[in-house]
Amino acid sequence: MTTDTIGDEWLEALERDFGASVLHEQHTHTGMPVLWVTREALTDVLAYLKNLNAPFDLLYDLSAMDERLRGHRQGLPRSDFTVFYQLMSVSRNRDIMLKVALTEEDLNLPTATGVFPAANWYEREVWDMFGIAFSGHPHLARILMPPTWIGHPLRKDYPARATEFDPYTLTVAGEEKEQEALQFVPENWGMARERDGAEFMFLNLGPNHPSAHGAFRIVLQLDGEEVVDCVPDIGYHHRGAEKMAERQSWHSFIPYTDRIDYTGGVMNNLPYVLAVEKLAGIEVPDRVKTIRVMMAEMFRITSHLLFLGTYLQDLGAMTPVFFTFSDRQRGYKVIEGITGFRMHPAWYRIGGVMQDLPRGWEKLVQEFLDWMPPRLREYERAMMENALVKERTRNVAAFDTTEALAWGVTGPNLRATGCNFDLRKQRPYSGYDNFEFEVPLGDRGDVFDRGQLRIEEMRQSLRIIQQCVDHMPAGDFKADHPLTTPPPRERMLEHIETLITHFLQVSWGPVLKPQESMQMVEATKGINSYYLTSDGNTMSYRTRIRTPSFPHLQQIPSLMRGGFVPDLIAHLGSIDFVMADVDR
Amino acid sequence: MSWLSPELQAILWGMFQALVILLGAVLLGAVLTIVERRLLGLWQDRYGPNRVGPFGTLQLVADMIKIFFKEDWIPPFADRPLFVLAPVIAFASLLLSFIIIPITPGWGIADLHIGLLFFLAMAGINVYSVLLGGWASGNKYALLGAIRSSAQTISYEVFMGLSLMGVVALAGSFNLREIVAAQDGLWFVIPQFFGFCTFLIAGIAVTHRHPFDQPEAEQELADGYHIEYSSMKFGLFFIGEYVGMVLVSALIVTLFFGGWHGPWLPPILWFAIKTAFFLMLFILLRASLPRPRYDRVMSFGWKVCLPLTLINLLATGAVILLVGE
Repeated sequence: MTTDTIGDEWLEALERDFGASVLHEQHTHTGMPVLWVTREALTDVLAYLKNLNAPFDLLYDLSAMDERLRGHRQGLPRSDFTVFYQLMSVSRNRDIMLKVALTEEDLNLPTATGVFPAANWYEREVWDMFGIAFSGHPHLARILMPPTWIGHPLRKDYPARATEFDPYTLTVAGEEKEQEALQFVPENWGMARERDGAEFMFLNLGPNHPSAHGAFRIVLQLDGEEVVDCVPDIGYHHRGAEKMAERQSWHSFIPYTDRIDYTGGVMNNLPYVLAVEKLAGIEVPDRVKTIRVMMAEMFRITSHLLFLGTYLQDLGAMTPVFFTFSDRQRGYKVIEGITGFRMHPAWYRIGGVMQDLPRGWEKLVQEFLDWMPPRLREYERAMMENALVKERTRNVAAFDTTEALAWGVTGPNLRATGCNFDLRKQRPYSGYDNFEFEVPLGDRGDVFDRGQLRIEEMRQSLRIIQQCVDHMPAGDFKADHPLTTPPPRERMLEHIETLITHFLQVSWGPVLKPQESMQMVEATKGINSYYLTSDGNTMSYRTRIRTPSFPHLQQIPSLMRGGFVPDLIAHLGSIDFVMADVDR
Repeated sequence: MSWLSPELQAILWGMFQALVILLGAVLLGAVLTIVERRLLGLWQDRYGPNRVGPFGTLQLVADMIKIFFKEDWIPPFADRPLFVLAPVIAFASLLLSFIIIPITPGWGIADLHIGLLFFLAMAGINVYSVLLGGWASGNKYALLGAIRSSAQTISYEVFMGLSLMGVVALAGSFNLREIVAAQDGLWFVIPQFFGFCTFLIAGIAVTHRHPFDQPEAEQELADGYHIEYSSMKFGLFFIGEYVGMVLVSALIVTLFFGGWHGPWLPPILWFAIKTAFFLMLFILLRASLPRPRYDRVMSFGWKVCLPLTLINLLATGAVILLVGE
């Protein structure tokens, strides 16, 4: 029994009930109990946890790791491929991770879709990336890679660089084959082509469509304008960020994180550097924490402004988007003044931030803080109180907390259902416990609530930033720790030892001890986390990026059946997703 | 000059007037595309097109050049004759309606006794442009747009005609010149306020302007019925929409706001000012309102506007009978 798990009777009960099936309890820096269970017992354990008194009702993440090249796995059960299931209990505010060991010869698991519907896409992703099959899965097809793809990219024997492949060629015949593979065949999805002698219309919405918010495709089965069923198709924005993490140094991966949720800027750096700092054992100064909170909240506001403008535009109002973009511009003025870059500053560093706040930053930030509140009020008066907006959004695509948790919905979309779960309050990180702010909640979980709630969140973010301006602690902008990267320059020139250390640190990057760590943050769109596995190298062995938009899109069909096309557009606008955050 | 008989002079003068008015309407429609963009820019805290020529005045020329020289592409899966016919109907039917509008006491193309009915007929024909365009494009988005459009236009035309009957009853004529003359003392907007409201709504709906741009609904149908059109075929749809705006504005002025009547200024200016006011209203509506859902638009038409026009007509008739006795 490790320190993580002391005092959890449910865990003791679990180990009692499934004694023989729980092979091992792994000690990690993930902040949750990590249990290795047998493949046979997996579904039962999942169901057991889901049916507990305060249940683990949210399948937070499900992915796998190719363990074949991992050097440091002392004491762990033998495994070539490990599939992990992370469950979250909102009522207990606790997590648990289950791991299942698989051998190369027998990559097969029972599906978890019967217990958690949200497992569907995750299992498809594991199949796509690792070639692990899930028996009983309703539609085990590739999800991120094209259907014709050969190989499973996240396996360790799959090259990470384009230069390791033969030159790419596409013949006319090959192109035709690719096109054909993209054809939508309703029967594959269990859809009928007609009902009572009348044919359905299958409408291909996207990947290029004004309201698809990026390269997102959704095929609609229509009866008139009524959506009978729909199939979202993702993967058009997939860049293999998780694979890239395995070939970049801990330090040089930071700019890639910016581009995961590309409207979130440094908000994406935060979970990554926090997770790396856990591995490295770095405790950052208060000033760093506060600067990080301030910049992350700036990005929450710019992201929500983008949301608000496009959300209203999807409802057919053409003007608000210009107003929110000019507000966003003011936000970027502050961000650019402080970080030197606008959308993707990659400004956080392992053990600190890139540089100290510039002179006069308070004035710059204060101008923005004074500008925003009247504007937010104006958006409410002009739009959210408008009868047409209410008519378009009230009770449209509404879901309750139970449904939200079943589909893995987090963030503002979860809080719009009235569920008070904000990681900044529930599991404070980076010093959020020092700030006074409220967590806005909705009550109906409809398109309107999701919009209104984000306006309120912007107000709370402004409050947090105000507190940062008023109480910015003095101190260093980097931690005094040997693994801080890049190390402070002043200490470099003392003698040859410091120079060599600095040189290695900058050219190779820091070497982190073999361990696993994980950090979740309340990102702009929901809960974003990085689950890092170090094998004692300059690079990560496996980086799992859990993004909120992925499950949010998976939920669409369950909400849209029976809705109208304009409702679908309104719902797409209200989810607040970016495809880079879905596909990674 | 014996060959220039008074009859011939009248005919030539009439042709000249027709040419000026129709060209004026088309040109006004074209200029409006730029005016709208500049006005939207003003209301949306941005510049709008201001690069070509002084204050962007030559933007129109640049747009014309661009639209004329774009490839005139007809999709191979399209129904060719109908595909070509649709933009012609869209443009011509609205433009033809201008012949009934009296601009000043001396200007106007035709003095039809059935003036208003002619307009309603033309508006009816206009539906075919969207319907045929959407059908002939062979595109699902276009088809959805066409379905929406035909349902919407048919529903709104029902009460558009009825909303004008109050005016007709008051003036005792379908002739627009006589209707203007009947408003010498009192503009019809006052006795026919509900008629005005419903006609304004129906007018916006018939021209497919926001918030009744359901057939185009960019966010939903990605431009709907004219999604497959390019070059000048698209241009005809595009300018046709603005010509429709001018037409509906001019009709509102003629039917409810006393046409050219007004103190001090010459009649032509009064007509222009009043028309411009309603054109601005069209643009302001586009800038400020979100789009209602399509089925709500339909139920609004049938459940609110239609009963309202019927009650209005009934009340007007009753008042005329009472006062007449």
